[in-house]
Amino acid sequence: MNLLGQSFEIAREENRALLIGYLTAGFPNMERCKSAIKAMIDGGVDLIEVGFPYSDPVMDGPVIQQASEIALANGVGAKEVFEIVASSTVPTLVMSYWNPIEKFGVDAFAQELRDAGGCGVITPDLTIEESQDWIKATQDSKLDRVYVVAPSTRDARLSKVTSNCSGFIYAASLMGVTGTRSALSGAAESLVMRIREVSKTPVAVGLGVSNGQQASEIAKYADGVIVGSAFIKLLLENGDEQEANRSLTALSQELSEAVRR
Amino acid sequence: MSTDLVGHFGKFGGRFVPEALVSALDELAQAHQSAQEDPDFQFELMELHRTYTGRPSIITEAHRFSAYAGGARIFLKREDLNHTGSHKINNVLGQALITKRMGKKRIIAETGAGQHGVASATAAALLGLECVVYMGEEDTKRQALNVARMKLLGAEVIPVTTGSRTLKDAINEAMRDWVTNVETTHYLLGTVAGPDPFPTMVRDFHRIIGDEARAQILELTGRLPDAVLACVGGGSNAIGIFSAFIGDKSVRLIGLEAGGEGLDSGKHAATLVGGTPGVLHGTRTYVLQDEDGQTKESHSISAGLDYPGVGPEHAYLYESGRAEYRAITDKEAMEAFALLSKSEGIIPAIETAHALAGAIKVGKELGERANFLINLSGRGDKDVQTAANYFGIPL
Ligand SMILES: Cc1ncc(COP(=O)(O)O)c(C=O)c1O
Repeated sequence: MNLLGQSFEIAREENRALLIGYLTAGFPNMERCKSAIKAMIDGGVDLIEVGFPYSDPVMDGPVIQQASEIALANGVGAKEVFEIVASSTVPTLVMSYWNPIEKFGVDAFAQELRDAGGCGVITPDLTIEESQDWIKATQDSKLDRVYVVAPSTRDARLSKVTSNCSGFIYAASLMGVTGTRSALSGAAESLVMRIREVSKTPVAVGLGVSNGQQASEIAKYADGVIVGSAFIKLLLENGDEQEANRSLTALSQELSEAVRR
Repeated sequence: MSTDLVGHFGKFGGRFVPEALVSALDELAQAHQSAQEDPDFQFELMELHRTYTGRPSIITEAHRFSAYAGGARIFLKREDLNHTGSHKINNVLGQALITKRMGKKRIIAETGAGQHGVASATAAALLGLECVVYMGEEDTKRQALNVARMKLLGAEVIPVTTGSRTLKDAINEAMRDWVTNVETTHYLLGTVAGPDPFPTMVRDFHRIIGDEARAQILELTGRLPDAVLACVGGGSNAIGIFSAFIGDKSVRLIGLEAGGEGLDSGKHAATLVGGTPGVLHGTRTYVLQDEDGQTKESHSISAGLDYPGVGPEHAYLYESGRAEYRAITDKEAMEAFALLSKSEGIIPAIETAHALAGAIKVGKELGERANFLINLSGRGDKDVQTAANYFGIPL
């Protein structure tokens, strides 16, 4: 079994959901990005998702947009993304819009990510219909391939998309873009139930999750909880590295306790 | 050309979108298809065009302008005379009727020059739909008059302050709105870009330009033109007029892109001539991008052409060689803008002036035996301020 599979297996044995933390590569800068990831892991984040910053992030709300702009201004490209991945001490995926991957070269991207120690890629704007080259490249370099499904995804399509996922399935908790929300929609649970009907792959829920209470609710029915904007917000709000990292660790601890069933 | 099941033009086109939008795109593709086959829908749209848009639009021979274009005979397809002042209304009325057909009550639109926003606000007022228009903050300044027009028509205009604050960012923001409100909202995209079915659907609604013009010019001159010219931003007016002539192998199809301050300056919006294949706004096409696949900012004196992508069918026509594309600088466009105004009494949109500048160049190459058809995509009322500034006319 691969790394991601093992992680979900262990979490299941421990009767908890996995905690997945997102951070944009090279935000606020390269060194602070690495220390922030360490702070998140210290607090109990199980898996790291490194965001490849992109100029036109249509799935992202204002918080991740801002982080992406800062990272791009820092000159972050594929090389820096791989460097951040290599620095992580837990299983790590990349989340990237499609164009930067295609521009880098589909096979080369998969191979170099693998060489950097990455275990998979989340592609939020790549449809199954456009995935032929990607499926082959990820198979060749043994990377997990994670697609995002949404409450609007119809049943027939759900089985088509999820059958192409490995590692886990990313279930969007609501119709919308990334960003913290004060309340969760009811859409997430019914989406996860519909996924269970068609797939045995673990399911992680993301979009809008920002605190322990929401995480514990999701952990009751999902295998993983994904948190992004809430971490980034802490870094945007606090320019002091030590203080910001302490708050990242504290949020990770809160979430990590919350995902225990 | 016809597209396959998932909307490809050769290797271009397709769908690169969040899964959340796929069912809405499927629904839209189906609604478009059934509307195309429904005589009642076609009748309703044609009646609107006849009684509201003012179709068919006429063609005008530009006798005096011809002297600047090597003496070639030049025919202008007068989309500037349409209600709201440009070709944009053709697509907007079609999509607004489809919106009603799908039972949706809210439309959102992006706009650069403001022409598509004005057309969308107009159709929303006519058909009783709620309308929100996203417009880059930069463009709300360049096209302040159109912002006021949209508001007078009852639309909400949201200035977009992210990224380059132009058309590309307005599209991003409209997509975010759509992902969030897709149940109730139709995204009324204003050009032949974006994910399938937009490039096909928007083309089909603009094909009327070419169908009318082909019949008109045959009747007037007894033959096909040697070349058909149009400006290319996203490419909707160009594909609309090209479509009717693609099968006529003797007719050259020439698209004119915005060369800004010149290709070498890096400050331009000539996506085909100066870009590379990539993915932007849900489709595979040519893109102005850097080596990391980040979209570059485009530059043009014309807000409506200031876009770092282009419709995927143009990428296909470009690579297949069926159509040719050239870049026209700001300066060349403004010269042509002044020449048409003074020689024919027609003030064109600055977007359209790029096509006129193209005719001047190609006319000099082909000489007086040539016949050209130019899509006069819009009128210049909205550009009076920009042009006055450019030519130093005090306001
Ligand atoms: C008059 C006019 N022509 C052309 C364009 C460019 O769009 P397209 O290339 O889709 O025709 C615009 C866009 O705003 C316009 O207003």
